[in-house]
Amino acid sequence: MTTRLNIPISEEEIRALKCGDSVLLSGIMVTARDAGHKLMVEEKPDFLNDLLKEGVIYHCGPVVKKEGDEWSFVAAGPTTSIREEPYQAKVIEQYGVRGVIGKGGMGGKTLEACRKLGAVYFHAVGGCGTLVGQSVKKVEAVHKLEEFGTPEAFWVIRVEDFPAVVTMDSHGESLHDRIESDSKAKLEALLKQ
Amino acid sequence: MDEKLVNQLVELIKRSSTDLPPDVVDAIRHAREIESDGSMPATTFDAILKNIDMARDAATPICQDTGSLIFYVYHPLGMDVIDFRSSIEAAAEAATKKVYLRPNAVDSVTGKNSGTNVGINAPYVSFKAWEKDEIVVKLMNKGGGSENVSAQYKLPDSALGAGRDLAGVRKCVLDAVWQAQGKGCGPGIVGVGIGGDRTTSFILAKEQLFRKIDSTNGDAAMAEFEDRLHEDLNSLGIGPMGFGGKTTVMDVFVGSQHRHPATFYVSISYICWACRRKAMTLKNGEVHYDD
Repeated sequence: MTTRLNIPISEEEIRALKCGDSVLLSGIMVTARDAGHKLMVEEKPDFLNDLLKEGVIYHCGPVVKKEGDEWSFVAAGPTTSIREEPYQAKVIEQYGVRGVIGKGGMGGKTLEACRKLGAVYFHAVGGCGTLVGQSVKKVEAVHKLEEFGTPEAFWVIRVEDFPAVVTMDSHGESLHDRIESDSKAKLEALLKQ
Repeated sequence: MDEKLVNQLVELIKRSSTDLPPDVVDAIRHAREIESDGSMPATTFDAILKNIDMARDAATPICQDTGSLIFYVYHPLGMDVIDFRSSIEAAAEAATKKVYLRPNAVDSVTGKNSGTNVGINAPYVSFKAWEKDEIVVKLMNKGGGSENVSAQYKLPDSALGAGRDLAGVRKCVLDAVWQAQGKGCGPGIVGVGIGGDRTTSFILAKEQLFRKIDSTNGDAAMAEFEDRLHEDLNSLGIGPMGFGGKTTVMDVFVGSQHRHPATFYVSISYICWACRRKAMTLKNGEVHYDD
């Protein structure tokens, strides 16, 4: 079953999601990667307050094109999320974020923040730059482009039916933890051979 | 600088970034076929296959991380390598302007992105002279996520119980692929380098990734070792994107070289499913592109 969600997303809508649910997201989201997360925790910039209240952060460094004054996304799949683990829980709490999109899942601190504050982790298919890029309909704004460069800038984007799967829910469940522990048991058996 | 060569190199970069090699696509199709319809791995592979077709048709990057550019240039003696390097740099800059590439060269001290994919040792170019009267340029776009999960081990490794033999090498590879789950976009392809020093060990591992899927190692014992590793790794059940599934890696390639008596390095270079590589041959004024 696929759930359609509009951003901003309410706590009730988030709490209804379970690990393994497919979603299509529409509305405004903001990309942020390593430099962005460091900035959000260390300097707490205000310009993100309204954008991220019940909003969604996308771990993505896109390929972009500029025609005249208009930016557009050419390819925009997710980047590896675990690099933001030291920052993510603080960012969710500080800005009231409801969803984080990326790939590979995140760690215990983020899972606990999702449970406590009512947020989820959405997984987009890694490497699918062109496919995911098609759901980005408009670049509304960009922040810190000159300072951070294209991949690391905050891109404010309007998406329609952005496809993702919930792999960490707000009830303490993580698909990544399950696969990791199952495969760990198999690894240990193989190491003994 | 030869303008014609620059344009030929831009075409090589375009093909590499937007059109996945057929052997890799076939391996992904096979991985899809052995999963049951509607399962999470099956829908993941469906998205991957759809993305591959869309990128090829639109000539847009398969993945937004268009990688670090790694060139191997095989050339006749006497070719001007300084000029050739300039042509590669010009092509990287032009391909970035044409949006076949994301700007991926960052000054490690100031954090400033050059915006052109050109910088100190970027693109990486290795020149190798040979006796043939043709130039072959091999290009790999190596993504950052997959590079981050590549690993080097020093044997013996007491934590893994790995000694200085193939059984020890096997344990390193198992551990590295287990650690990589979810981070480098699976199912990946694994290049293993045994021996050499710390630098050449990693180079050997990465060079294995130019091999085609299902190509057989010329050394029978190593071919058997590769098959065993492939089977072991898929039994981990990590699957595409770490969602669980039957295909954790699409292939394993192993190379070995001599080492110092005191050292025994094992390097594992992992490349994601978006294994982008292309080749270009220049002979008698003609250009030919290959996978």
